[in-house]
Amino acid sequence: MSNGYNFAFAIGGAAGQGIATPGNILARIFVRRGLHLYAYNAYQSIIRGGHIFLTIRVNKELVETHGDDLHLILALNQDTMTRHAKHVVPGGAIIYNSDSITPAEDLQEAIQLCGLPIKELTNDSRNKLVQNTVSLGVMLNLMGVDFSVLEEALTLQFKRKGQEVVDENVNMARAGYAYAKDNFTAFPAALPEQEKPLAVWTGNDAIGMGGAAAGVKFYVAYPMSPATGVLHWMAKNARECGIMVRQIEDEIGVANVALGAGQTGARTMCATSGGGFALMTEALGAASMMEIPVVFVDVQRAGPSTGVPTKTEQGDLWQVLGASQGDFERIIVAPKDALDAFDTVVELFNLVDHYQCPAILLSDLLISEGTFSVDPEAINMQPTIDRGELITEGGPSNGYQRYKITESGISPRAIPGVAGHAYVAPTDEHDEDGILISDEFTNPHKRREMVEKRARKLSTFFDKVHAPALEGPEDAEVTLVGFGSTEGVIREARQSLEEKGVTVNQLAVKWILPFHAEAVSGILKKSKKTLIVENNYSGQFHRFLRSETGLSVDGHIRKYDGEPFQPHHIVDGVMDHLGDKKGVTDGVFVPFQKILV
Amino acid sequence: MATTTTLPELKAKDFKGKVEPDWCPGCGDFGLLNSVQKALAELGKKPHEVVCVSGIGCSSNLPGYLSTYGMHTLHGRALAVATGVKFANHELTVIAAGGDGDGYGIGGNHFAHTARRNIDITYLVMNNQIYGLTTGQVSPSSETGMKTKSTPFGNLERPVNPVTTAIMNGATFVARGFSGHGKHLLSTIKQAIEHNGFSLVDVLSPCVTFNHDNTYDFFRQRIKKLEEEGHDPSDWKSACEKAMAWDDEIFTGVYYQDKNVPTLHDQEPVLEAGPIAHQTPGLTTEQSERIIKRMM
Repeated sequence: MSNGYNFAFAIGGAAGQGIATPGNILARIFVRRGLHLYAYNAYQSIIRGGHIFLTIRVNKELVETHGDDLHLILALNQDTMTRHAKHVVPGGAIIYNSDSITPAEDLQEAIQLCGLPIKELTNDSRNKLVQNTVSLGVMLNLMGVDFSVLEEALTLQFKRKGQEVVDENVNMARAGYAYAKDNFTAFPAALPEQEKPLAVWTGNDAIGMGGAAAGVKFYVAYPMSPATGVLHWMAKNARECGIMVRQIEDEIGVANVALGAGQTGARTMCATSGGGFALMTEALGAASMMEIPVVFVDVQRAGPSTGVPTKTEQGDLWQVLGASQGDFERIIVAPKDALDAFDTVVELFNLVDHYQCPAILLSDLLISEGTFSVDPEAINMQPTIDRGELITEGGPSNGYQRYKITESGISPRAIPGVAGHAYVAPTDEHDEDGILISDEFTNPHKRREMVEKRARKLSTFFDKVHAPALEGPEDAEVTLVGFGSTEGVIREARQSLEEKGVTVNQLAVKWILPFHAEAVSGILKKSKKTLIVENNYSGQFHRFLRSETGLSVDGHIRKYDGEPFQPHHIVDGVMDHLGDKKGVTDGVFVPFQKILV
Repeated sequence: MATTTTLPELKAKDFKGKVEPDWCPGCGDFGLLNSVQKALAELGKKPHEVVCVSGIGCSSNLPGYLSTYGMHTLHGRALAVATGVKFANHELTVIAAGGDGDGYGIGGNHFAHTARRNIDITYLVMNNQIYGLTTGQVSPSSETGMKTKSTPFGNLERPVNPVTTAIMNGATFVARGFSGHGKHLLSTIKQAIEHNGFSLVDVLSPCVTFNHDNTYDFFRQRIKKLEEEGHDPSDWKSACEKAMAWDDEIFTGVYYQDKNVPTLHDQEPVLEAGPIAHQTPGLTTEQSERIIKRMM
């Protein structure tokens, strides 16, 4: 980012030490000042203890990753100091409780150690969380922000808990702010302010909101990290938005309840992670056979099995490609960030209603639990809702056939309750009336006809969604290819590579199925050196790309340690592939994860 | 959505589906099918207002033999899908149907949870104590010692008790019927459909092909009707005691009914504006602005 302000800081401690609240307060302060941010929270599957490391990056322009550099750390425990103090770049600072934390010795040059006599500053308060508020005061002082800004933010944050709590927090923050003013040196560049205030959301918020905007009337789920945030958003907003939200006994139930609601005419969505999606798969095929529109969301986490529940991965691609028995049509899409996830949910609902088939939105922990700034005007809360060929008014049936063979393959869909159109939606193969052909006489010609009818529905898909396009100089030395959440980090890595004199363009793939094979082949055939960047071990996207295009590529950059790509990981990979390839084994470069969380 | 045309009073035959049942001659499921068609007619239902949702198995072919809306879903999932139908449009009469393997075995989890949810679905289980469509294996309701293709030396397990299971899981209407007693079954099914809440009717429905133990004769020798025994369905303890009987006497009729438990949809404020399937999808400007404001 070359606009003169790029600031990243982290708050580290154990679960239960209250990291989320200061994180939220700061995020609100930034977006109200019109600043963009991206926050990544590294944590474990534990409610108390463990190690949490929340990184927030602030910029005047859009930021799509938490970046490479850390300028400030608030260490709430010794562990954070020991692990991370060394990552703070020269000119940076470390804030810590000097009563209980010993400064690390492996610091980089010119680091300001901001030890706080917490006992003294908090009048020996027994409330351990107030030290976080003191530290907030220190942080805001170092960032060159007026105290009144923090005072306002704290008042907003705590007003529901009463004036006493507000006063206590404001006083503690003031003490920290004053102490910093007297004892530390603020960063040379003060936190800027831009005219237009922004908003803040997570990817899961965006998925839930996308559903609400798309007219979802029924949301059903079983809690599973990192998809639970969608359920929380939906549950919290359900009554206000007129959405029925139900938590069901398991994901098998969730998917099947979704089928019932979808069939009955309610726009229906369910979100889960890979394990839950595994349980939903039989219902996915049933949605195809019964031609019911339902949107499934798989928020990927590191697998297999229970895996690493709080870490990210792009490891479910082949699961969603092959989910459910049989050979059938589905839509799969992998958005790049929160706003894209919002728009994609909206788009998907119109597509599934049009094509009467299931769709899978493939998110991951990085998007879903990432916190993004967003321009509120960019969120289209009242998009066009197109329910497709839906019969909602009763009348004479005129020989209505639910699964009528049509040129487009799409048969007008009557929903239960509509007079004169009653039929049975079956999971068995059936004829145009919905009558089973698996009993008595199977009729191979009818079977063929029905398979082809369903398949034909998606033949117009490419008219409706955008093909991926090459970004960057056409004649670049390197083309970086990725899907879903890697788009932003690849873009930022390209900037760094350009500064190193390497020209790079990128191809970001979003729509997985149906796949724009022709467009992608056309682009990749012209590229000089193609490297695929993906967040898994075996190169799932590469294998998919090869199966769809027949193309092989020049190399890979893959990461599967649970932590997301940072720009330097991709830069390292590209440089190594272009150089002596010391880090490349069997065509694959695996970047080194420096920050251990 | 509802039509205003006055339709002539419907008869049981108006609830017959487009195809004839392909069950084995003598199958107990015929008795249930007849009772369901009569019950719907006698209750004044219209085919388009009823959705019959089944799983997989011989008995799960039921929706195809009715003229109502239907869904012939996956093995074990009838109750889950039916729940979705009822959530989306609670004005519909929703009947879930299937066999003992479908409902008490592979779908057992949904059975327990749908019961406690007290959603207004009538669940008709055609219990033949055998897996018929897979040609005769042990089922969760097969008796101990029963010899089947998968238990050639006799079943080592004890059978599930659907009646006590339903009562213990909070079902507000629990009954048992016998497909050989058509009139009594009809009356039981009508009461089940009219009950506002989850209702189970465990229908003893002999499999004449694969179960040679639990035959029509077996049941005729043992069945006693609860109403003739002076049983009070509001008496929970008596219901549980009666439900434990099997070897010498088997009771049919309504074991348990609690009319005072609110259904799920009665408690859902979102449904005050009518079925969600009929509500206008999308957000108003006011709703949108409130959501965005909270993000800033």
